Amino acid sequence: MAQQKITLEQVRHVAKLSRLALSEEELATLTPQLESILEYVAKIGELDVSNVEPMAHAIDLHNVLRDDIVEEALPLDKVLQNAPDSDSPFFKVPKVIGGDEDSAG
Amino acid sequence: MRQEVSGFPDTLLGARDAIRSKQVSAVELTRHVLARIEKLDPVLRAYNSIDADRALEQARLVDEGKRTGPLAGVPIALKDNICTSWGTTTCSSRMLANFRSPYDATIVRKLDEAGVVFLGKTNLDEFAMGSSTENSVNGPTRNPWDTNRVSGGSSGGSAAAMAASMCCGAIGSDTGGSIRQPAGLCGVVGLKPTYGRVSRYGLVAFASSLDQIGPFGWTVADCAALLNVLAGGDPRDSTCVNQPPEDFLAELDQPIQGLRIGIAREFDQEGVDPQVKAAVDAAVAQYRALGAQIVDVSLPHTEYGIAAYYIIAPCEASSNLARYDGVHFGHRTKEPVRDIIELFSKSRAEGFGAEVKRRIMIGTYALSSGYYDAYYLRALKVRRLIRNDFEAAFKSCDVILSPTTPTPAFAIGEKTGDPLAMYLTDVFTVTCNIAGICGISLPCGFTSGDKPLPIGLQLLGPAFGERTLLRAARMYEQATDWHRRRPPLA
Repeated sequence: MAQQKITLEQVRHVAKLSRLALSEEELATLTPQLESILEYVAKIGELDVSNVEPMAHAIDLHNVLRDDIVEEALPLDKVLQNAPDSDSPFFKVPKVIGGDEDSAG
Repeated sequence: MRQEVSGFPDTLLGARDAIRSKQVSAVELTRHVLARIEKLDPVLRAYNSIDADRALEQARLVDEGKRTGPLAGVPIALKDNICTSWGTTTCSSRMLANFRSPYDATIVRKLDEAGVVFLGKTNLDEFAMGSSTENSVNGPTRNPWDTNRVSGGSSGGSAAAMAASMCCGAIGSDTGGSIRQPAGLCGVVGLKPTYGRVSRYGLVAFASSLDQIGPFGWTVADCAALLNVLAGGDPRDSTCVNQPPEDFLAELDQPIQGLRIGIAREFDQEGVDPQVKAAVDAAVAQYRALGAQIVDVSLPHTEYGIAAYYIIAPCEASSNLARYDGVHFGHRTKEPVRDIIELFSKSRAEGFGAEVKRRIMIGTYALSSGYYDAYYLRALKVRRLIRNDFEAAFKSCDVILSPTTPTPAFAIGEKTGDPLAMYLTDVFTVTCNIAGICGISLPCGFTSGDKPLPIGLQLLGPAFGERTLLRAARMYEQATDWHRRRPPLA
């Protein structure tokens, strides 16, 4: 596994992908921390896993099917009760389209 | 060290029986426990929130015969990442400081139907990410045996509430050791059930393929009684396996003839405190005296457990925690924002603490283009190897024995500056979650010194092997009296 140094710029990019507006101070603290953690976990690169099936889950998951029966959903007031801003029946957010930032990250 | 806290029972089954036989009323017991919380919790900080009025009302209904069930009147604490339709569910995070769940977790409904008295919600590492309950917006939960030390984590609040007799049973969640490790450090019993044994509906997700809800108690029997209530399939959680109902208390007290205890040579490693090693060796001798056969087994990929875990868990976390966007619920920034991306990014940066941010960053990095195969995919393959290790080992033994943690409870602040050192404290517990098997921690001794600290013994069992696991643990418990010790609290 590639054991490259993590740069401040990479950490800044990952923060952007993570949708975390981190301060310069946080980015500076995180850079060596991420580096030491990633260096440690790179240990799994020592193993030959060429013939091993990945295991995403502890139990053999199959599609769990049920009859399509209409059940009562949460009432609207409960759905909106924790919203920071709402105008029933909507969640209110600032302008979505036309911002400066590339929304694709 | 006293053997008993007061005239009131503090074990789950002790409380259940005393209420049933009317030796004590549910209201009297609840008042007693609430008084202890009021007295002790300002220092220990095991609880994030307490609803005394609600608890007393439930207790009154029990005394009037209007609230019934197998655990009627028993005061219970819930980890504050389990959704309740009453009070708040904060995950010890600024993000969810005011979050009021619109529904109950499945296990809350089940406990409600069992007639328990809910005391409140307990402290945790933010979003269950941590091993010391220091990553909490409410500050650390202190260890009842020595208040300068951590309670473990992430279910440190539930473990400390249990150890300080501020409840008669508690519920936690375990993603990499978060029930067993604090149980070990606080001298109580903690059970991580098999993945799929207990519904996760209403458990705030951290790493969905690893998370599992489980009980704390003073005894193995108390945990078995709680598992009886918690276990079972749930149409709302498709990963919860619909096993036929089992009674984990049945035959619990009967020793297993010819029990085979596996000792993994890979668990015998440097860095284990000599007092921990001595206590665990004595437990092995105890089992041998009880007629158990001690078997050498090998778990060759153990040394890769922490590395695989600290890839898989942050990857799943980075995806699960994407839901906290300041739109539907949770913290929203008050700062001016230009657009919705900035709203997301500022709300998340303000709402999450340092460890949660760190794990989201690790997960995002490991899943990002160019790194996915080397980190996430490879970790899933290592996961298979770890699972295969256990399956091979359980062919020659019934349970695998180890320390729960390499050291007793460490000092508050000792490891907060070094995230990796904190991660390494999970060395004996993470592989159980990775493989999806079951495990238990029970007290097996104390350190010497002015403030003796509990030492935890871990037993691991195969998937859905809880009955054997609990019986094996009970054999040791019946032969020892560590579980009768109580911390010397004022």
